[in-house]
Amino acid sequence: MSLSHEFIMGLVRLTLYVVGLIAFAAFNAAYLSLCERKVPAWFQLRYGPKEVGPFGLLQPVADGVKLLTKQLLVQKGSDVLLFKLAPVMVITPAIMCLAVIPFSETLGARNINLGLLAIFSFSAIHVLGTMLGGWASYNKYASIAAARVVAQNIAYEIPLLLVIVALVMVTRTFNLHEIVAQQAGAFWHWNIFRLQASPLMPLAFLIFFTCMLAESNRAPFDMIEAESELVAGAFTEYSGMGFGLFFIAEYANIVVGCSLATVLFLGGWHCPFGLLPGLHWFMIKMYVLCFAVIWVRWSFPRTQFYGLLNLSWKFLIPLAFVHLMLTAVMLKLA
Amino acid sequence: MWNYLKEIFSGGYSLLVGMWITLRHTFRRPVTVQYPYESLKMPARYRGHIQLVFDAATGQPKCVACMACARACPSNCISLEGHKPEGATRRVVSKYTLDFTSCSLCGLCVESCSFDALEFSKDYNLAATKKDEYVMDLMKQAQGKQEK
Repeated sequence: MSLSHEFIMGLVRLTLYVVGLIAFAAFNAAYLSLCERKVPAWFQLRYGPKEVGPFGLLQPVADGVKLLTKQLLVQKGSDVLLFKLAPVMVITPAIMCLAVIPFSETLGARNINLGLLAIFSFSAIHVLGTMLGGWASYNKYASIAAARVVAQNIAYEIPLLLVIVALVMVTRTFNLHEIVAQQAGAFWHWNIFRLQASPLMPLAFLIFFTCMLAESNRAPFDMIEAESELVAGAFTEYSGMGFGLFFIAEYANIVVGCSLATVLFLGGWHCPFGLLPGLHWFMIKMYVLCFAVIWVRWSFPRTQFYGLLNLSWKFLIPLAFVHLMLTAVMLKLA
Repeated sequence: MWNYLKEIFSGGYSLLVGMWITLRHTFRRPVTVQYPYESLKMPARYRGHIQLVFDAATGQPKCVACMACARACPSNCISLEGHKPEGATRRVVSKYTLDFTSCSLCGLCVESCSFDALEFSKDYNLAATKKDEYVMDLMKQAQGKQEK
């Protein structure tokens, strides 16, 4: 009898987490997209949306209704199955990644030993989804974008993983809970300031952040959307909620990336001064990083494609290698 | 190698400068004018359509219906009538119509007026749904403004 009780409780827990994580992703997509309009408005001395609801707070609802009422058009000659599958393939891994992220000591859907590995395996899928979407659109702009997304994501996956490998060498675990637990205490215990492990740790964080921007296809690395060159890139032929899903996935990827940066480098749920650890510290750090993502987007123009690849192959990968070597040597000496 | 490092540092520095500029602008006041709710005061030399100038002492238009403006107008959009009241020393205007559809805002009418009786108005909200609304009775408009 106790087994079935546990089973039912497990099912309830599963349902609650699935609903909760999807709601969290959707809520973030809605309100980060509002921030995406408000924050650049401040940068450019404007007000941003302010007509819908108080301070424009209901703008995401209006946007959502607009997207939902639009017709889903399928281009003649496109691969219908892949075309409809692509948005799903992009958004599902983003939400699955959220399942292993520890939001606080007790809040986290799954505490698995290979959490870090799980995130990187899932997050590689959205590249495939975007590429298939672009390919299936039967549109030359979308095809160019499909080719770009592969080149870009391969180039940036390497420095990202090199930095992670160095970090895992220091932490000796893939378990995200344990990685955060190791960083307990004040801010000089965080991985970003773990200079005794490698003096290049702050640089490693910058490499991670840059690669995260490129992996989630954010400006200045938004080569796959590039609206001034490629109409809307891989999303050119998508309308209504098909486009909406790509849109939600973009913000879900940002949330995953910022959460991961918080967990890996900024001490997760720990307070900078060792006081009152908890969910709120995680959220503060995560949203500060999200602000930085928006901030970067509205400060810098889009790079050209060779500039993007140059940055990765000539700067980020060598630097990540130096960091990796240095970490290995320091570990051996210690 | 030296150039490589120099490129990293100068590039990184320029990125920081860019981000500092955008961050500084965040705390400035927006320059947007919320148009339907608020509007800017037009500058003194703004040239809207013409309007009649009133004499502050008598409350009557300064215009004496000399027809100089109507003659000066290259597009013939001004038509006016005047009469001389009994016992008065000069003529007064009784009807002044501006066909704004053909007016090019050249200002020759204002220039030609020797009595300073014409000026540019500061109206710029001039959208209308019918052509007739642009045939303006300036006497009526001016009286409406006086009452306001």
